[in-house]
Amino acid sequence: MNRRYAFILITLLLPLTLIASVAIGAEKIIRMSTTTSTENSGLLNFLLPEFTKDAGIKVKVFAKGTGAAIRDGMDGNVDILFVHDRKKEDKFMEEGYGAYRLAVMHNDFVILGPKNDPAGIKGMHAAQALKKIVDSKSMFISRGDDSGTHAKEQELWGLAGITLNNKKTEIINDGKTTNLEYLYPAALGEGYISIGQGMGKTLTFSEEKQAYTLTDRGTYLEYKFGRQQGLDLEILCEGDVALNNPYGIIPVNPKKYPDVKFEEADRLAKWLVSERGQRLIAGYKIRGHQAFFPDAKADAAARP
Amino acid sequence: MTFFLDSFKSALLLLWSLDAELLNIISVSLNVSFFSTLISALAGVPLGLVIALNEFKGKRFLITVLNTLLSLPTVVIGLFVYSFISRRGFLGPLGLLYTQKAMIIGQIILILPIITTLTLSAVSRIDDRYRKTALTLGANALQTAFVIVREARFGILASIIVAFGRVIAEVGISMMLGGNAKGFTRTMTTAMALEYDKGEFVMGIALGIVLLLISFAVNIVFNYFQGKTRD
Repeated sequence: MNRRYAFILITLLLPLTLIASVAIGAEKIIRMSTTTSTENSGLLNFLLPEFTKDAGIKVKVFAKGTGAAIRDGMDGNVDILFVHDRKKEDKFMEEGYGAYRLAVMHNDFVILGPKNDPAGIKGMHAAQALKKIVDSKSMFISRGDDSGTHAKEQELWGLAGITLNNKKTEIINDGKTTNLEYLYPAALGEGYISIGQGMGKTLTFSEEKQAYTLTDRGTYLEYKFGRQQGLDLEILCEGDVALNNPYGIIPVNPKKYPDVKFEEADRLAKWLVSERGQRLIAGYKIRGHQAFFPDAKADAAARP
Repeated sequence: MTFFLDSFKSALLLLWSLDAELLNIISVSLNVSFFSTLISALAGVPLGLVIALNEFKGKRFLITVLNTLLSLPTVVIGLFVYSFISRRGFLGPLGLLYTQKAMIIGQIILILPIITTLTLSAVSRIDDRYRKTALTLGANALQTAFVIVREARFGILASIIVAFGRVIAEVGISMMLGGNAKGFTRTMTTAMALEYDKGEFVMGIALGIVLLLISFAVNIVFNYFQGKTRD
């Protein structure tokens, strides 16, 4: 009998001790899902320690693809999102998963090509340039991996008025037939090479083939100035609004998931768009070049 | 469980639809594997034979080196060949990188040691009396070699099967030297790696099942030849 009481006592006490130990070590920690670009560019390693200093809140970062990061938010696995896919973000907000969305900053995409620019696209708008690449039957390397950059590329082909072919593959998921879809510009024929790899590999592939490609500026700067032998490709199109890549911060809605740490997440969001946060973002440099451009002012009207 | 069931159904669906992209991926895989195995066999079998049949200084050391090469990682081969054939490399002007030829070169480096050492051990196991009998019957060196290959054919064919299995399942070299370009150098293994990156696990496993089915078909052909040589 004694053993039995002891057992019951222990099972009752165990959760209590756990709760107590968590409470004693009560550091304020929030979980943030974000895209690989903010992590890989080193921006978060630069920003977050400053935030911890100011607010006394630590941020645990999970860097993944935008789709997966947003999924984390929908499942209530994290307290806040820092992502860059406006369409998916808006859908997230519409479905009530987010408390609010603030525009924080943008970086931009650039179109790279060989120095001699065989298609003659230098200085053009992105859409015009892509049209010219198709018309001159030049070679274009695509990520082809369902990433944010790949999504942007497909959007730009659409703007260029190039007809996109849709390749569908049927698979069975959870017992149901679903389609994997893949859009590509047919007009370029064999000049359109889809390699299904990350940004870095896409840059080296394009360099090897001396072909055109779309990349975010941060990765380009790393490959151009961060390596012993700089990337042998030049920026040919930049500064077009269509090439902007805006990042938003979204605290997860506490009405949807009551156990998220909304108060702390809210502080991080407000801090990022504060004058100090914005100044830090503008001051962050990759290889001596500004990589992110603060956006909060433009969004001031929408601020809660 | 449902995951594997889904994958299996998807694999059958893929094969059934004769999807043009899938067929292209399969043909690239088979094409590259076939040529790298063929070239390696043409070089590796005679090489193994020569080493096995001759006594020379440093033979044991050479065998040790060959055995060491069996554990050469595909990534190392990929990097090594890459540095030679990239635009900045020694052979850059040939424009070989990210072509099927580049993949074949890398895979030959991978399996040449396999075919050589396995041939070597298959031939070494043959009773020396065959060689002596052939010689006493007046056979020249080439004819003697032929007799020995005939006797060791089972082991030699096995070495080729192992080598083929190695290259068709290999992903490092294909990815680094082929570049996974859709329609040109995308193989079954690099396609699987991509589906993993995209999070489409069902599609990845489905491709894996297709690969096994193809390998099964190829091995039936090999088996037919092995049976033939037995008679």
